[in-house]
Amino acid sequence: MAHLLQTSFLPSSQCLRPNPDRSSSSTSSPMVQISRRRSKTGGAVQAKIREIFMPALSSTMTEGKIVSWVKSEGEKLAKGESVVVVESDKADMDVETFYDGYLAAIMVEEGGVAAVGSAIALLAETEDEIEAARSKAAGSGSSAASSSPATASTSADPIPAEIAAPIAASAPIAAAPVAKLASAVHPASDGGKRVVASPYAKKLAKELKVELAAIAGSGPLGRIVAKDVETAAAAPVPVAAVTAAAPAPAAASNVELGTVVPFTTMQGAVSRNMLESLSVPTFRVGYTITTDALDALYKKIKSKGVTMTALLAKATALALAKHPVVNSSCRDGNSFTYNSSINIAVAVAIDGGLITPVLQDADKSDIYSLSRKWKELVDKARAKQLQPHEYNTGTFTLSNLGMFGVDRFDAILPPGTGAIMAVGASQPTAVGTKDGRIGIKNQMQVNVTADHRVIYGADLAAFLQTLSKIIEDPKDLTF
Amino acid sequence: MQASLSLSVSNPAAIPRSSHGFESSIPFPSKPVNLRFCGLRREALGFSSASTYPLSTSRSSRSVARSNKVSASLGSANGSSSAPKSFDYDLIIIGAGVGGHGAALHAVEKGLKTAIVEGDVVGGTCVNRGCVPSKALLAVSGRMRELQNEHHLKALGLQVSAAGYDRQGVADHANNLAMKIRGNLTNSMKALGVDILTGFGAVLGPQKVKVGKDTVVTAKDIIIATGSVPFVPKGIEVDGKTVITSDHALKLEFVPDWIAIVGSGYIGLEFSDVYTALGSEVTFVEALDQLMPGFDPEIGKLAQRVLINPRKIDYHTGVFATKITPAKDGKPVTIELIDAKTKEPKETLEVDAALIATGRAPFTNGLGLENINVATQRGFIPVDERMRVIDSNGDLVPHLFCIGDANGKMMLAHAASAQGISVVEQLTGRDHVLNHLSIPAACFTHPEISMVGLTEPQAREKAELEGFEVAVAKTSFKANTKALAENEGEGLAKLIYRPDNGEILGVHIFGLHAADLIHEASNAIALGTRIQDLKLAVHAHPTLSEVLDELFKSAKVNAHVGRSPVAEPVAV
Repeated sequence: MAHLLQTSFLPSSQCLRPNPDRSSSSTSSPMVQISRRRSKTGGAVQAKIREIFMPALSSTMTEGKIVSWVKSEGEKLAKGESVVVVESDKADMDVETFYDGYLAAIMVEEGGVAAVGSAIALLAETEDEIEAARSKAAGSGSSAASSSPATASTSADPIPAEIAAPIAASAPIAAAPVAKLASAVHPASDGGKRVVASPYAKKLAKELKVELAAIAGSGPLGRIVAKDVETAAAAPVPVAAVTAAAPAPAAASNVELGTVVPFTTMQGAVSRNMLESLSVPTFRVGYTITTDALDALYKKIKSKGVTMTALLAKATALALAKHPVVNSSCRDGNSFTYNSSINIAVAVAIDGGLITPVLQDADKSDIYSLSRKWKELVDKARAKQLQPHEYNTGTFTLSNLGMFGVDRFDAILPPGTGAIMAVGASQPTAVGTKDGRIGIKNQMQVNVTADHRVIYGADLAAFLQTLSKIIEDPKDLTF
Repeated sequence: MQASLSLSVSNPAAIPRSSHGFESSIPFPSKPVNLRFCGLRREALGFSSASTYPLSTSRSSRSVARSNKVSASLGSANGSSSAPKSFDYDLIIIGAGVGGHGAALHAVEKGLKTAIVEGDVVGGTCVNRGCVPSKALLAVSGRMRELQNEHHLKALGLQVSAAGYDRQGVADHANNLAMKIRGNLTNSMKALGVDILTGFGAVLGPQKVKVGKDTVVTAKDIIIATGSVPFVPKGIEVDGKTVITSDHALKLEFVPDWIAIVGSGYIGLEFSDVYTALGSEVTFVEALDQLMPGFDPEIGKLAQRVLINPRKIDYHTGVFATKITPAKDGKPVTIELIDAKTKEPKETLEVDAALIATGRAPFTNGLGLENINVATQRGFIPVDERMRVIDSNGDLVPHLFCIGDANGKMMLAHAASAQGISVVEQLTGRDHVLNHLSIPAACFTHPEISMVGLTEPQAREKAELEGFEVAVAKTSFKANTKALAENEGEGLAKLIYRPDNGEILGVHIFGLHAADLIHEASNAIALGTRIQDLKLAVHAHPTLSEVLDELFKSAKVNAHVGRSPVAEPVAV
């Protein structure tokens, strides 16, 4: 009587935001539904690893909560034995298995919620297959992470608008050795080996699948608090003005006028971050950079898959390497946190929100791999598959509205970072030179918003000067 | 208990009685006995007041007989301990907590001339530093929880904008409640003519009590009811600010961002409820392998699912906190943990505050127990089942009783009071042994936990030993109309019973108002009512009490309906 559900592998973490649509695959059997994984060719059933599904315990049940696992991983199961206790909207029920075998991998932990019909564990027929089952579970687990609330927004395909402006440059610069930097560590964290996080932060991190070790704490003495985890998980894109590029008009027509639409999780996180930014004393410094040389370089290497975003990120990272303070942040109001790596976050508008994929160690990667990385990040963002460390580890943020013709704008500082740079369009400008002549050069305006507790005006000025030199003589960008 | 107090005060008729103080040293002033009832009891027993006169006669005659016996026993003491020949009081109670108060009220009701000695404040731990102020905090936390639970409110169709609280206001509420109850307690005793002797009480010798520095009072019988203080294990430095006990926590002087609670029993659990509702995050440190070790395992598990897991709480089990250092010079509170079994160092926690809720230690130092050859056991005064104090030779000490936390039998305010009443019953000629298995206990989290009698493992062990069968019945709050109306369906009631005769062995409830629901079961145990009789009792619909109704009805008892106390036809 068990329906063999031929659904694909359903990731466990869907339980965070269960998709009610999937309840359609439910049956009203009070037993665990176990489906046999079939080969793609649809041939004979060879695989002996079965999925244990969340059963439908009542006609109205759309999701169930795992009260407790009666069996633990690796334990032998006999047909008809209780495996798991599930809480439905009505009662707690023991759920039994139809098959003999071994409980190979538990995919939804106790306390977790899973939609009816989604896999909650794997059952291996023999002991030898336990390992195989586990690796399968792990595989699905990682893809599951992508459904974390940050990216799990709403319906349609999110279209990340890769925003890049045409730029050109001139002027020389030499890359300086990177200063030795230490990131702030909790005094109790045993030199960084131990993560100090508050109970709720730990709980949230587990729930949202955020790696605590990858987060810097903003609580007392550098402790990781819930806010930090939420910030990390929700891809805190702080930029004041980022809009979806092409799909914008279409999106607008989808909005039903005269209604109040509550924030999605991501929009809520953005809202919180925006409010939080009000507690940071920011100031702004602008600079006009000539982009002729950069434009020329871009034209030359575009065919090799280099994107403008990667070029800008690279230039910024090289400048940051010379000005570590601009890559620092103030987490507790009492100290500088000098980040050990330069991770450039780039704001990208996606459907219903925005996200900041991060180009890690942008100063150390060459422009080609950086460009490839960026393409990969954008694809993942579009598929809502960014891993937390791919959108929450930025140390400096870039926001670019140049492709809309915006010539200058103002960005809001993302909490937990020290500075963000708003990049305007590069456009032909009549420029007077020192020798009294007037010429046309492509110029763009950048505007950096920074936390004045750690980054002072002179710091930004020096940074921008370095950046303009790099962009105006971009030979270092290609190594 | 509290209810009877407030009633006695609000009843003006009770007040004038305070003028009938026992100034005279006559052991039995010839007053109409019914005047000595406290307000509530007089009302409850009002219809039978006519019959109290003959009773009073018989009692005074009995008291004469008793005093004869006392002097006889004194004669045999060879005069060495110089016990007094006539007494200032019939009964002196050392300690005016809930236990002493309960004993004093009952003693007066029974016609004893009674004094109560208090070295600190009337009301003791419960009223001043325990159950009472904590209930004020829990009342706040319960409301905060409701107001913060958007999902829950939305389900009810309510809209509430962000709820906040004023720490000082909450603290004041707790303090005011304690003051009010303390006032009620004091007034009720004064009104009934209990002498309140202020000063530290100590036993000087048989039937002799020293109050303060040099006042000596004699009494025919003495009850020790000195209670307990928070127990602080070695290595823990309590500074009253960042490392605190429940005494400090109830003042709610600050709400830390992160507080570690050492011990996950009643006290720890209740405080976790308060602190998380007020926005703190909590880390439990529990020496045993499981949280909430005192509870029935099934209830504990469910409670953990509801009270711990979804809240901002994490925990370390199977660890001892060997050293706790208060916050100083910008450093946080540090807690060093070792594995409870291997004793190996495990981890060091750094938190903003630590609450030590590792239980309570009896407060029996300086009581002069050496004067009467009594040795405490881990601080507890050894007593027999009638609360008579046992000396170091294993003999009963005449005229000396010990009730409440000081004897450690069951460290609950109402248990102390019940023990005190039991002692007074014995003193006034009626043998009485308190059945501790009928004393309910409650933990006032949201939702509440309550229990009476044995846990399932205890019952099974007993059954094995005595060779009877044990059965368990359970009902869920999810099926209760009233609970669903409140949208509080989370909860379980569990009955452990003997299917052969219908005896209730234990009842455990987790759910909305569990603390108020338990009494139907505890009364049944106390009165020996069997399940087959309870099944026929009627409960109002729709009420939470139907959870118990269902519970009793779902029990499968093989015995036939016994003689029901209300089985006789009643003309209506």
